[in-house]
Amino acid sequence: MSETVTALKNARYSAGIAEISEIGPLGMITIRGDLDAPFVRKVAKKVAGVERPARGMCNSEGEAGIAWMSPDELLLFCPHVQVSEVLNRLHAAFEDTHTFAANVSGARAVFRVAGPRAREVLAKLAPVDLAPEKFTPGMFRRTRVGQVPAAIWLRGDGSFQLFCFRSVAQYMFDLLKAAAQPGSEVGYFQPTTEVNREKV
Amino acid sequence: MLILTCPCCHVTAEETEFHAGGEAHLTRIGPGGSEGEFESYLFMRQNPKGVHLERWRHVYGCGKWFHLARDTATLHVYGAYSAQTTAPPDHIRTAIKDRHPDWRWQGEVNQ
Repeated sequence: MSETVTALKNARYSAGIAEISEIGPLGMITIRGDLDAPFVRKVAKKVAGVERPARGMCNSEGEAGIAWMSPDELLLFCPHVQVSEVLNRLHAAFEDTHTFAANVSGARAVFRVAGPRAREVLAKLAPVDLAPEKFTPGMFRRTRVGQVPAAIWLRGDGSFQLFCFRSVAQYMFDLLKAAAQPGSEVGYFQPTTEVNREKV
Repeated sequence: MLILTCPCCHVTAEETEFHAGGEAHLTRIGPGGSEGEFESYLFMRQNPKGVHLERWRHVYGCGKWFHLARDTATLHVYGAYSAQTTAPPDHIRTAIKDRHPDWRWQGEVNQ
Protein backbone atom coordinates (compact mmCIF):
# COMPACT_ATOMS: atom_id res chain seq x y z
CA MET A 1 0.00 0.00 0.00
CA SER A 2 1.40 3.40 -0.94
CA GLU A 3 1.87 6.09 1.63
CA THR A 4 -0.82 8.78 1.71
CA VAL A 5 0.55 12.31 1.66
CA THR A 6 -1.26 15.62 1.54
CA ALA A 7 -0.45 18.20 -1.12
CA LEU A 8 1.91 20.23 1.06
CA LYS A 9 2.91 17.56 3.59
CA ASN A 10 1.10 19.42 6.38
CA ALA A 11 2.97 22.70 5.90
CA ARG A 12 2.55 25.24 8.69
CA TYR A 13 2.95 28.97 9.05
CA SER A 14 2.83 30.52 12.49
CA ALA A 15 4.92 33.67 12.11
CA GLY A 16 1.94 35.83 11.15
CA ILE A 17 -1.27 37.16 12.65
CA ALA A 18 -3.03 33.80 12.33
CA GLU A 19 -1.93 30.19 12.52
CA ILE A 20 -2.14 28.52 9.10
CA SER A 21 -1.69 24.82 8.65
CA GLU A 22 -2.46 22.28 6.01
CA ILE A 23 -4.31 19.47 7.71
CA GLY A 24 -5.13 15.97 6.69
CA PRO A 25 -5.15 13.55 5.14
CA LEU A 26 -8.89 13.84 5.59
CA GLY A 27 -11.35 11.38 4.10
CA MET A 28 -13.80 13.24 1.86
CA ILE A 29 -16.72 11.79 -0.06
CA THR A 30 -19.01 13.67 -2.40
CA ILE A 31 -22.67 12.63 -2.38
CA ARG A 32 -24.97 13.87 -5.12
CA GLY A 33 -28.65 13.20 -5.36
CA ASP A 34 -31.95 14.20 -3.82
CA LEU A 35 -30.85 15.50 -0.42
CA ASP A 36 -34.38 15.43 0.96
CA ALA A 37 -34.85 11.74 0.20
CA PRO A 38 -35.30 9.90 3.52
CA PHE A 39 -32.76 7.22 2.60
CA VAL A 40 -30.06 9.83 1.91
CA ARG A 41 -30.67 11.46 5.28
CA LYS A 42 -30.72 8.09 7.01
CA VAL A 43 -27.55 6.72 5.43
CA ALA A 44 -25.64 9.97 5.86
CA LYS A 45 -26.54 10.01 9.53
CA LYS A 46 -25.56 6.38 9.90
CA VAL A 47 -22.07 6.71 8.40
CA ALA A 48 -21.17 10.21 9.64
CA GLY A 49 -22.99 10.16 12.97
CA VAL A 50 -24.60 13.57 12.43
CA GLU A 51 -27.83 14.82 10.85
CA ARG A 52 -27.80 16.08 7.28
CA PRO A 53 -27.06 19.80 7.72
CA ALA A 54 -29.43 22.57 6.76
CA ARG A 55 -28.65 24.76 3.75
CA GLY A 56 -25.29 26.51 4.09
CA MET A 57 -24.30 24.61 7.21
CA CYS A 58 -21.93 21.87 8.30
CA ASN A 59 -22.52 19.36 11.09
CA SER A 60 -19.61 17.52 12.61
CA GLU A 61 -18.77 15.20 15.42
CA GLY A 62 -15.12 14.39 16.07
CA GLU A 63 -13.40 13.70 12.76
CA ALA A 64 -16.60 12.96 10.87
CA GLY A 65 -19.13 15.37 9.49
CA ILE A 66 -21.36 16.45 6.65
CA ALA A 67 -21.29 19.76 4.80
CA TRP A 68 -24.01 21.21 2.55
CA MET A 69 -22.40 22.01 -0.81
CA SER A 70 -25.33 22.79 -3.10
CA PRO A 71 -29.03 21.86 -3.42
CA ASP A 72 -28.01 18.39 -4.64
CA GLU A 73 -24.58 17.87 -3.16
CA LEU A 74 -23.10 16.98 0.22
CA LEU A 75 -19.50 16.60 1.31
CA LEU A 76 -19.09 13.88 3.87
CA PHE A 77 -15.86 13.65 5.79
CA CYS A 78 -14.42 10.89 7.92
CA PRO A 79 -11.01 9.63 9.08
CA HIS A 80 -8.92 8.91 5.98
CA VAL A 81 -8.43 5.23 6.82
CA GLN A 82 -12.20 4.68 6.84
CA VAL A 83 -12.90 6.09 3.37
CA SER A 84 -13.16 2.81 1.47
CA GLU A 85 -15.34 1.23 4.14
CA VAL A 86 -17.68 4.23 4.27
CA LEU A 87 -17.80 4.39 0.47
CA ASN A 88 -18.74 0.73 0.28
CA ARG A 89 -21.59 1.28 2.72
CA LEU A 90 -22.81 4.27 0.71
CA HIS A 91 -22.64 2.40 -2.59
CA ALA A 92 -24.58 -0.48 -1.07
CA ALA A 93 -27.24 1.90 0.24
CA PHE A 94 -27.53 3.87 -3.00
CA GLU A 95 -27.44 0.83 -5.30
CA ASP A 96 -30.88 1.11 -6.89
CA THR A 97 -31.26 4.87 -6.69
CA HIS A 98 -30.17 7.85 -8.73
CA THR A 99 -27.61 8.85 -6.11
CA PHE A 100 -23.89 9.11 -6.44
CA ALA A 101 -20.99 8.82 -4.00
CA ALA A 102 -17.33 9.29 -4.90
CA ASN A 103 -14.08 9.49 -2.98
CA VAL A 104 -12.59 12.95 -3.46
CA SER A 105 -10.05 12.78 -0.61
CA GLY A 106 -7.10 12.97 -2.99
CA ALA A 107 -8.62 15.77 -5.04
CA ARG A 108 -8.85 18.30 -2.24
CA ALA A 109 -6.51 20.14 0.11
CA VAL A 110 -7.67 21.25 3.54
CA PHE A 111 -6.32 24.14 5.59
CA ARG A 112 -6.91 25.36 9.10
CA VAL A 113 -6.77 29.08 9.83
CA ALA A 114 -6.81 29.67 13.57
CA GLY A 115 -6.34 32.48 16.02
CA PRO A 116 -8.14 35.67 16.96
CA ARG A 117 -7.32 37.25 13.56
CA ALA A 118 -8.47 34.30 11.46
CA ARG A 119 -11.64 36.13 10.35
CA GLU A 120 -9.58 39.05 9.19
CA VAL A 121 -7.22 36.89 7.15
CA LEU A 122 -10.10 35.29 5.25
CA ALA A 123 -12.06 38.51 4.90
CA LYS A 124 -9.12 39.92 2.94
CA LEU A 125 -9.42 37.12 0.42
CA ALA A 126 -13.07 36.15 -0.01
CA PRO A 127 -16.12 38.21 -1.05
CA VAL A 128 -18.04 37.02 2.01
CA ASP A 129 -19.43 38.98 4.95
CA LEU A 130 -17.36 37.47 7.74
CA ALA A 131 -18.61 39.79 10.50
CA PRO A 132 -18.95 37.74 13.73
CA GLU A 133 -22.72 38.30 13.84
CA LYS A 134 -23.16 37.30 10.17
CA PHE A 135 -20.82 34.35 9.77
CA THR A 136 -21.45 32.17 12.80
CA PRO A 137 -20.03 28.81 13.91
CA GLY A 138 -21.32 25.89 11.87
CA MET A 139 -21.74 27.92 8.69
CA PHE A 140 -20.22 26.52 5.53
CA ARG A 141 -19.82 28.75 2.50
CA ARG A 142 -18.55 27.92 -0.96
CA THR A 143 -16.94 30.95 -2.48
CA ARG A 144 -13.87 32.37 -4.14
CA VAL A 145 -10.62 32.80 -2.20
CA GLY A 146 -8.22 34.95 -4.18
CA GLN A 147 -8.50 33.50 -7.68
CA VAL A 148 -9.64 29.98 -6.85
CA PRO A 149 -12.84 28.27 -5.69
CA ALA A 150 -12.90 27.21 -2.06
CA ALA A 151 -15.23 26.41 0.80
CA ILE A 152 -14.98 28.07 4.20
CA TRP A 153 -16.27 26.41 7.33
CA LEU A 154 -16.30 28.11 10.72
CA ARG A 155 -15.85 25.46 13.37
CA GLY A 156 -17.25 25.54 16.86
CA ASP A 157 -13.84 26.36 18.35
CA GLY A 158 -13.59 29.57 16.33
CA SER A 159 -11.07 28.28 13.80
CA PHE A 160 -11.77 28.16 10.07
CA GLN A 161 -11.40 25.06 7.95
CA LEU A 162 -10.85 25.76 4.29
CA PHE A 163 -11.28 23.29 1.43
CA CYS A 164 -9.86 23.80 -2.06
CA PHE A 165 -8.69 21.74 -5.01
CA ARG A 166 -5.42 19.94 -4.37
CA SER A 167 -3.93 21.39 -7.56
CA VAL A 168 -4.12 24.91 -6.10
CA ALA A 169 -2.92 23.98 -2.60
CA GLN A 170 0.39 25.81 -2.95
CA TYR A 171 -1.35 28.92 -4.27
CA MET A 172 -3.81 28.81 -1.38
CA PHE A 173 -1.06 28.39 1.21
CA ASP A 174 0.96 31.29 -0.24
CA LEU A 175 -2.15 33.43 -0.39
CA LEU A 176 -3.07 32.71 3.23
CA LYS A 177 0.51 33.38 4.30
CA ALA A 178 0.49 36.75 2.51
CA ALA A 179 -2.84 37.69 4.08
CA ALA A 180 -1.53 36.71 7.52
CA GLN A 181 1.90 38.30 7.28
CA PRO A 182 3.17 40.02 10.44
CA GLY A 183 1.93 43.57 10.90
CA SER A 184 -1.01 43.13 8.51
CA GLU A 185 -3.74 43.46 11.14
CA VAL A 186 -6.69 45.51 9.93
CA GLY A 187 -8.58 45.57 13.20
CA TYR A 188 -11.97 45.65 11.50
CA PHE A 189 -13.47 42.82 13.52
CA GLN A 190 -13.17 42.68 17.27
CA PRO A 191 -10.64 39.93 17.99
CA THR A 192 -12.36 36.93 19.49
CA THR A 193 -11.76 36.98 23.21
CA GLU A 194 -12.42 34.13 25.56
CA VAL A 195 -15.64 35.85 26.63
CA ASN A 196 -16.90 36.13 23.05
CA ARG A 197 -15.99 32.55 22.40
CA GLU A 198 -18.08 31.36 25.32
CA LYS A 199 -21.10 33.19 23.97
CA VAL A 200 -21.12 31.23 20.70
CA MET B 1 -20.94 46.21 -8.79
CA LEU B 2 -23.92 43.87 -8.76
CA ILE B 3 -25.00 42.16 -5.55
CA LEU B 4 -26.96 39.04 -6.48
CA THR B 5 -28.89 36.46 -4.49
CA CYS B 6 -28.73 32.98 -5.95
CA PRO B 7 -32.24 31.47 -6.05
CA CYS B 8 -30.76 27.96 -5.68
CA CYS B 9 -28.58 28.26 -2.56
CA HIS B 10 -29.97 31.63 -1.33
CA VAL B 11 -26.48 33.06 -0.86
CA THR B 12 -26.12 36.79 -1.45
CA ALA B 13 -22.78 37.65 -2.98
CA GLU B 14 -21.18 40.18 -5.23
CA GLU B 15 -20.78 39.57 -8.93
CA THR B 16 -17.28 38.09 -8.93
CA GLU B 17 -18.72 34.94 -7.36
CA PHE B 18 -21.02 34.58 -10.39
CA HIS B 19 -20.58 34.37 -14.14
CA ALA B 20 -22.87 35.90 -16.73
CA GLY B 21 -24.21 33.50 -19.35
CA GLY B 22 -25.78 35.84 -21.89
CA GLU B 23 -29.33 36.60 -22.94
CA ALA B 24 -32.10 34.46 -21.45
CA HIS B 25 -35.07 32.71 -23.04
CA LEU B 26 -33.60 32.10 -26.49
CA THR B 27 -35.65 29.82 -28.70
CA ARG B 28 -33.46 27.12 -30.15
CA ILE B 29 -33.54 26.84 -33.93
CA GLY B 30 -32.70 23.31 -35.04
CA PRO B 31 -32.05 21.70 -38.44
CA GLY B 32 -35.61 22.57 -39.52
CA GLY B 33 -35.00 26.32 -39.35
CA SER B 34 -34.06 28.58 -42.22
CA GLU B 35 -30.51 29.90 -42.57
CA GLY B 36 -31.58 33.34 -41.43
CA GLU B 37 -33.34 32.00 -38.34
CA PHE B 38 -30.36 29.82 -37.48
CA GLU B 39 -27.93 32.72 -37.82
CA SER B 40 -30.16 34.83 -35.65
CA TYR B 41 -30.36 32.10 -33.00
CA LEU B 42 -26.58 31.72 -32.97
CA PHE B 43 -25.41 35.31 -33.19
CA MET B 44 -28.09 37.96 -32.87
CA ARG B 45 -28.61 39.19 -29.30
CA GLN B 46 -30.49 41.94 -27.58
CA ASN B 47 -28.27 44.67 -26.17
CA PRO B 48 -30.71 46.90 -24.36
CA LYS B 49 -29.95 49.96 -22.30
CA GLY B 50 -32.38 49.23 -19.53
CA VAL B 51 -34.27 46.10 -18.52
CA HIS B 52 -32.54 42.89 -19.53
CA LEU B 53 -33.19 39.22 -18.80
CA GLU B 54 -30.01 37.17 -18.52
CA ARG B 55 -28.69 33.75 -17.60
CA TRP B 56 -26.19 33.63 -14.74
CA ARG B 57 -24.27 30.88 -13.02
CA HIS B 58 -23.22 30.79 -9.38
CA VAL B 59 -19.86 29.54 -10.52
CA TYR B 60 -17.84 29.81 -7.28
CA GLY B 61 -20.77 28.80 -5.10
CA CYS B 62 -23.38 26.11 -5.64
CA GLY B 63 -22.59 25.89 -9.36
CA LYS B 64 -26.23 26.26 -10.46
CA TRP B 65 -27.61 28.28 -13.36
CA PHE B 66 -30.42 30.76 -12.83
CA HIS B 67 -32.16 33.67 -14.53
CA LEU B 68 -31.76 37.29 -13.56
CA ALA B 69 -33.75 40.40 -14.44
CA ARG B 70 -31.71 43.57 -14.09
CA ASP B 71 -31.24 47.01 -15.53
CA THR B 72 -28.08 47.36 -17.63
CA ALA B 73 -27.91 51.12 -17.09
CA THR B 74 -28.63 51.46 -13.36
CA LEU B 75 -27.62 47.90 -12.31
CA HIS B 76 -30.92 47.66 -10.43
CA VAL B 77 -31.80 44.00 -9.86
CA TYR B 78 -35.49 43.14 -10.28
CA GLY B 79 -35.03 39.58 -9.14
CA ALA B 80 -33.56 36.17 -9.79
CA TYR B 81 -35.63 33.18 -10.80
CA SER B 82 -35.32 29.52 -11.68
CA ALA B 83 -33.41 28.38 -14.76
CA GLN B 84 -36.12 25.77 -15.41
CA THR B 85 -38.48 28.14 -17.15
CA THR B 86 -38.90 29.53 -20.66
CA ALA B 87 -40.51 32.84 -19.69
CA PRO B 88 -40.08 35.33 -16.83
CA PRO B 89 -42.53 34.53 -13.99
CA ASP B 90 -45.26 36.95 -12.97
CA HIS B 91 -43.55 38.33 -9.87
CA ILE B 92 -40.54 39.35 -11.96
CA ARG B 93 -42.73 41.01 -14.61
CA THR B 94 -44.58 42.86 -11.88
CA ALA B 95 -41.33 44.05 -10.30
CA ILE B 96 -40.15 45.38 -13.66
CA LYS B 97 -43.49 46.98 -14.58
CA ASP B 98 -43.59 48.79 -11.23
CA ARG B 99 -40.62 50.80 -12.46
CA HIS B 100 -41.17 50.65 -16.20
CA PRO B 101 -44.93 50.50 -16.88
CA ASP B 102 -44.36 50.40 -20.65
CA TRP B 103 -41.91 47.53 -20.59
CA ARG B 104 -42.91 44.38 -22.43
CA TRP B 105 -40.99 41.16 -22.58
CA GLN B 106 -39.52 40.48 -26.02
CA GLY B 107 -41.07 36.98 -26.05
CA GLU B 108 -44.50 38.56 -25.55
CA VAL B 109 -43.92 41.08 -28.32
CA ASN B 110 -42.99 38.31 -30.74
CA GLN B 111 -46.06 36.23 -29.98
